[in-house]
Amino acid sequence: MRKKEMIAMLLAGGQGSRLGILTSSNAKPAVPFGGKYRIIDFPMSNCVNSGVDTVGVVTQYQPLTLTQHIGIGTPWDLDRQVGGVTILSPHEKRAGGEWFAGTGDAIYQNLEFIEQNNPEYVLILGGDHIYKMDYAKMLAYHKKNDCDVSIAALTVPWEDASRFGVMNIHEDKRIYEFEEKPAQPKSNFINMGIYIFKWDVLRDALERDHKIHPDSDFGKHILPMLLQEGKRMFAYEFEGYWRDVGTIDSYWMANMDLIQTLPEFNLYEDFDKIYTDSANQPPMYTGLNAEIEGSLVSEGSEIIGKVYNSVLGTNVIVEEGAIVRDSIIMEECYIGKGTVIERCIIDKHTTIGENAKIGDGENIKNIHKPDLYDTGITVIGEFSIIPDNVTIGKNCVIFARTEPRDYENGRLESGQSIVKQVNEKGLRA
Amino acid sequence: MRALGIVLAGGKSGRMGALVRNRATSALPVGSCYRAVDFPISNMTNSGMNKIAVITQYNSRSLHDHLSSPKWWDLGSKQGGLFVLSPYLSIDNSQWFRGTADSIYQNLTFLRRSKEPYVVISSGDCVYKMDYTDMIAYHERKGADITIGYRRVPDNEDITQYGVIEMDENDRITDLEEKPLEPQSDLASIGVYVIKRELLIEKIEEIVLEGRYDLVRDLFSRYRKVLKIYGYRFEGYWRNVGTVSSYFDCNMDFLSKEIRETFAPYTKTKPKDEPPAKYNANAKVVNALVGNGAILNGSAKNCVIFRKVFTGDGSVISDSIIMEGTRIGNNCVVEYAIIDKDVNLHDGVRVIGTAEKPAVITKGTEVSV
Repeated sequence: MRKKEMIAMLLAGGQGSRLGILTSSNAKPAVPFGGKYRIIDFPMSNCVNSGVDTVGVVTQYQPLTLTQHIGIGTPWDLDRQVGGVTILSPHEKRAGGEWFAGTGDAIYQNLEFIEQNNPEYVLILGGDHIYKMDYAKMLAYHKKNDCDVSIAALTVPWEDASRFGVMNIHEDKRIYEFEEKPAQPKSNFINMGIYIFKWDVLRDALERDHKIHPDSDFGKHILPMLLQEGKRMFAYEFEGYWRDVGTIDSYWMANMDLIQTLPEFNLYEDFDKIYTDSANQPPMYTGLNAEIEGSLVSEGSEIIGKVYNSVLGTNVIVEEGAIVRDSIIMEECYIGKGTVIERCIIDKHTTIGENAKIGDGENIKNIHKPDLYDTGITVIGEFSIIPDNVTIGKNCVIFARTEPRDYENGRLESGQSIVKQVNEKGLRA
Repeated sequence: MRALGIVLAGGKSGRMGALVRNRATSALPVGSCYRAVDFPISNMTNSGMNKIAVITQYNSRSLHDHLSSPKWWDLGSKQGGLFVLSPYLSIDNSQWFRGTADSIYQNLTFLRRSKEPYVVISSGDCVYKMDYTDMIAYHERKGADITIGYRRVPDNEDITQYGVIEMDENDRITDLEEKPLEPQSDLASIGVYVIKRELLIEKIEEIVLEGRYDLVRDLFSRYRKVLKIYGYRFEGYWRNVGTVSSYFDCNMDFLSKEIRETFAPYTKTKPKDEPPAKYNANAKVVNALVGNGAILNGSAKNCVIFRKVFTGDGSVISDSIIMEGTRIGNNCVVEYAIIDKDVNLHDGVRVIGTAEKPAVITKGTEVSV
């Protein structure tokens, strides 16, 4: 019988709605990051770098780009005979089909997959954080303390603790209390959403909780239940770079962290490399009059214009006289001649005409979604088109193949949006 | 599949000096992310061929490393695959490959066990893009025994380094001379051949038993009157990287958009998943190809910079090839140079060559002022 010491279950089914238009047709783990990567590359690479060679990726929301990216696991050497990567999607059962109703439920509905691999421990991961971590060290800690559950924990500044799930611990790191976003936190130890369970403890908890909560959730139900039952639950202290990239602003900031001359998060080391599907991209070209400063530029890009403090994905073209500043441009985008872009996130396959100005104007919150778009960053969704000569303000959202008539007097004022009804295939059609 | 492929990658170019001290000519890095052998292999897979043998001998480690997985060329398959054939010991043979024909002879089992009617043979150190399907169709139309790809060599290129062919009015090859002292035409072989598999087996056995081991001299040239050998004209970009200057020029050609678009995304190579190239605040990089994982601080102009190169503050690099993993310290000056892999130029080092004779720094060396 097959026997794996530890397998990973990667929860990649969430929408990540606070990323707005960026997750309109991609699951959050499939959102590009750092030029050539996607967010899911980080936990996937951590798995292989930690010796975890069996990974179940649980998908639900908009899985197409995600499953294409993962494929058979080749980028992470997870195309294996025994183990490797398995995509776990919602499926119909004898009693009928149902969606995954919560993080716990998503694992519960895939217990058979875990059973097949017959592990001693199960590692539960999210697909939405940027970090490097050796899960093998965490497993060693788990075994040393004979934990039922160990939870990776990060120390954050006290003033930030109330934004997270806080864990209150004894001196020996044993957890005695969970508090969700406490107003007066008793500790600044936060739950990173990375768990190692003893397999029998996990199975038992999921089966019992399923009967009580059909929308079983680790944070809300499973962990508090196990704590109450007096299970041995310990916090595993993680030190290093870790970012939640769940909002437009935090996503933008984490990308910008990479362009520092000495970045806190180093992708250029030979060990603990982050792998991605980067096969067979052509070289990257810098033109005769180009200027690139403080930026990351990925393969296949052609920079004829100027790029400052920005992160560019693969096969991006920046034409002559164009200026890109403080922005994130994802793969296959085209920036026309003379166009000026400031503080923007431009999603994949977007075409921007000549002499446009984007990110120009007052910092007025987005009228339709002021809670999502309020930091001056204008976001343009994938496969969009921006015509020549238009001016677009700050906190704007565009997700459409726009034409000049969409812009009154050639302008889209700050805080405005153009999101056209799209068919099921998004804007690709 | 109608043809299998053989890439001849075992050779050493005697004219490359330090650049081939640690690698086969076919393993030379090209265009900031490729190796020379990627071009014929990609031509073959793009022509629908799925069974490819790469014959290696001289300094084969780097090639074996590069070809360690067939999946990057979509050759990790049950039908066909990528076969890396090196010399081996057996009961009745303890020889190195004594020539190109002998290298095929010692691997005849590979040919015998195959079913494909044709064999396409390409040298492994030429950068070109070609659909062999058309050449095979031409071969059949002509009723040829052997078809040899050729090109017209422009006046500014030294034809005496190539195999020069002469043809009659039907394009049948009447003469073929390697590196002639007095070339009789401006047509040169591009090192690409089509031949029926069974005929190749028969003729190779024949010539090797006579103690002849060279494919061009002992088979194509010697049999030109007995066999029907036709020339197939190739138009398009073609470069052999077998001399320092042609290697240098070939890399610089990739600064042209036209050449890059000729080969990308058509050409496949082994990916290394380095992060995006990083241009720090003081970097001044123009007209350059930059590989991923590079971290650039100084200035660079007219350069082909490979993966994981580091350039320090105040360095000025122009008209040069900087290979993978090389570190150039602060305030260095590099002009017309080929800096091989994993070189460490300490602060303030100057490496100055000329357009005609680029300076070459050997792989892995430390250079200080």
